[in-house]
Amino acid sequence: MTPHILTRSLDRGAALFLVVLAALGVLLPLLNLLTPESSALHVPTYLISLFGKYVCYAILALSIDLIWGYCGILSLGHGAFFALGGYAMGMYLMRQIGSRGVYGNPVLPDFMVFLNWKELPWYWYGFDMFWFAAVMVLLVPGLLAFCFGWLAFRSRVTGVYLSIITQAMTYALLLAFFRNDFGFGGNNGLTDFKDILGFNIQSDGTRAALFLLSCLALAIGFLICRAVVTSKLGKVLIAIRDAESRTRFLGYRVESYKLFVFTLSACMAGVAGALYVPQVGIINPSEFAPANSIEAVIWVAVGGRGTLVGAALGAIVVNYAKTVFTSGPLAPYWLFMLGALFVAVTLLLPKGIVGTVNAWLDSHKPPPTDAADSAAREDGVIQPKPAE
Amino acid sequence: MSLIHLSRLLFAAMAIAWVAAATPPAFAGPYEDAVAQFAEGSFADSEEAVGKLVASGNPRAADIITALQDGRLYKDEDTKLVFIQAADGKISNAATGEAVAALPDNASKVRLNNKLRRTVEAAMAGLTLLSPDLDKRVQAAQQVFKSHDETMLPTVEAALKAEKNAAAKQAFAEARAAILLFKSDAADPAKLDAIAVMKARGDQDALALLTAMPTEQSAAVTNAVAGAKASIERSLAIWSLVQNGWYGLSLGSVLLLAAIGLAITFGVMGVINMAHGEMVMLGAYTTFVVQEAIRTHYPALFDYSLLIAVPLAFLVAGAIGVLIERSVIRFLYGRPLETLLATWGISLLLQQAVRTIFGANNREVGNPSWMSGAFDIGQITITYNRLWILCFTLAVFALLLAMLRYTSLGLEMRAVTQNRRMAASMGIATSRVDALTFGLGSGIAGIAGVALSQIDNVSPNLGQSYIIDSFMVVVFGGVGNLWGTLVGAFSLGIANKFLEPFAGAVLGKIAILVLIILFIQKRPRGLFALKGRAVEA
Repeated sequence: MTPHILTRSLDRGAALFLVVLAALGVLLPLLNLLTPESSALHVPTYLISLFGKYVCYAILALSIDLIWGYCGILSLGHGAFFALGGYAMGMYLMRQIGSRGVYGNPVLPDFMVFLNWKELPWYWYGFDMFWFAAVMVLLVPGLLAFCFGWLAFRSRVTGVYLSIITQAMTYALLLAFFRNDFGFGGNNGLTDFKDILGFNIQSDGTRAALFLLSCLALAIGFLICRAVVTSKLGKVLIAIRDAESRTRFLGYRVESYKLFVFTLSACMAGVAGALYVPQVGIINPSEFAPANSIEAVIWVAVGGRGTLVGAALGAIVVNYAKTVFTSGPLAPYWLFMLGALFVAVTLLLPKGIVGTVNAWLDSHKPPPTDAADSAAREDGVIQPKPAE
Repeated sequence: MSLIHLSRLLFAAMAIAWVAAATPPAFAGPYEDAVAQFAEGSFADSEEAVGKLVASGNPRAADIITALQDGRLYKDEDTKLVFIQAADGKISNAATGEAVAALPDNASKVRLNNKLRRTVEAAMAGLTLLSPDLDKRVQAAQQVFKSHDETMLPTVEAALKAEKNAAAKQAFAEARAAILLFKSDAADPAKLDAIAVMKARGDQDALALLTAMPTEQSAAVTNAVAGAKASIERSLAIWSLVQNGWYGLSLGSVLLLAAIGLAITFGVMGVINMAHGEMVMLGAYTTFVVQEAIRTHYPALFDYSLLIAVPLAFLVAGAIGVLIERSVIRFLYGRPLETLLATWGISLLLQQAVRTIFGANNREVGNPSWMSGAFDIGQITITYNRLWILCFTLAVFALLLAMLRYTSLGLEMRAVTQNRRMAASMGIATSRVDALTFGLGSGIAGIAGVALSQIDNVSPNLGQSYIIDSFMVVVFGGVGNLWGTLVGAFSLGIANKFLEPFAGAVLGKIAILVLIILFIQKRPRGLFALKGRAVEA
């Protein structure tokens, strides 16, 4: 079964993506660690962290593409799952500080000492153990997505309604996490991390390892997504995307399929957040901002929804552009560019970069044209390659 | 009471004897004695002197006490003379008011300590109790009510007797009652009367005074206090309900105002316009521009600035709405998720444009005179701007309903909404109607911006804070139904304000969001759902 899934889910584009990813994941850390700083080939550590951040965003984009591109669920609250995963990791890192904090309290994080709390709230128990935090990274976003999705899909909240209530969800969490008495550091969030699993979080080696891990997580996430969308389950998901009522009338339990893929996607987003936090060194409530979630959706749209590779690519391209523009003299124009990007992509490039390239490649191939394929493309929707 | 009087008289007599012995007896009388007593130097003497000054009723008393308060009162302990140094440095004899060339060499400041300062403040209140200015009298009475200083009793009673104005009379009566409550030697009947006065006043201050009363009282008084407290607490509870209700209505009107344009674009047309909040913002900035123009060119028109801004805001936001519809949204009909993303992009563009033109900081939008201030009903305060916004919202709502119902554009809008192709085959230019409908929704958002500029910060982020709330209102009320939006806005507003006292502002808001998310599970199409085939379309 397993080799079958692997061969089926790896077409040429996917294989190329994995190879490039593996090359980057190994090469960049090596260039960072093994070359002297004076060398022209040297990759500075800040770039490693920066690329690590992009890779985490790519995982988030992948998770959004899985539900939006293949199941038609547009979540405007995926940043919430990302941030929850990040907070779970952040809590572990906070506990690792131990007595090295400003106030030197061996148990309580600095902000709790500052707020004059006497003991650790119950929901912080266990976060001193890495395995517990790692489980929570998956469990908390997954559980929230499961409960939320169970309620929403069962009562057939679809389309823009779902988008709006997911936005309300992340907004509510934003407000909650801003509160000091919520016990997650309020406005400042969690920061000032020292080490992870005993390794200094600032050191080059740890950064390189985190980058490599992020690439690995992206690759695994990508393979999981490919496995899902190329399986029979994936066919049902696409059917739900294109004609939900029809699929239901054919006897499929639409809500179960949606719930499964939504929860899976939330777990992926949580992992992305957990890898993101040690690399940027902070997690605060602004990660819950609805604007962040929408921005993540536009990465997917830019890269090409329903292509997986495109989602990852879109996240990296858009964020690279963001870094370039917001750090240069063009900073005031970045929001203009981002806004224009939203409009331009939806109007002019509905298939995204990868989708458009695919369509162009297809049209230059000797035609095995069948009506269904071209009809699907008319809708601005890219079907995954049929299983060979 | 009599004991205190007696001791005071004795003291005064002693002081007079003392003063008489020390200074040439050129002037004598309560006022002059009191002034001279400042020269004794001890705090107790100064305090005594302040009391007597007030009782003397001399018009110069106020000057002396103010000077004492400001540290401009000087004494010469040898000659027992007291001097006032005016703000401009001129010296005068406090007792006679005659100008003096310079302070004597050994003159020193009359010192103040905290106890004396309080006495001085109370004394100033006592002096203003007799002021010819009505406002000052009432204010002074309220001051006494708060301080309930026993020494003020004679003055308050005198003022009460002389008072003609009903409001001032009530204030004096309450001040007198407050004093009596705390006066240890007041007779029980007087205290019972005082408690009745407090009960009639029935506000938080009265409750606080009753609670702070000394506990050693006769049984009758204790009972009366308990009864009065219970009654005040009951009435306060009712008033706080009313107050919450009013806040809720006020918040509901703001929500309705922000959501009403969305009810047109989202509710009627089915277009998700994430740039809706930015239309509100544009309306607010239009108000700002109008006010700036009026300030620099026609300051006299300032009170009319909002009236001028309303149509302008409608035009500005409406025109931009039509532009957006023609250039972007019309290509995306039938693709709601893409519309959502594109309009989000537009909202970023508009925000950044406004930030570039007007700067990122808050802009000052003034309240015209008829919108500032407040009035009281019972125990609650109603501000004029909130009241006007409520009225304005209802007026806009009624106008919009009438427009949809009675004008030909309204008819065409409803026709296109219900069945686009049928409407087109009846000769309605559907794309023109689309543009106008979107323009109408945006224009109303612009009008909302004019009103919201009065109560919120006018900044490029103004729209962001309303967009989620507006969507919640429309979704909660039911899409495609203006009445649903009305009911949705007011119920959310009121629910929010009633939750706030228990949960706090932020948790209340979170609770509302969670409740709406749960509510949508139960009724996915909102409170007032459209029935029939339109639903699944």
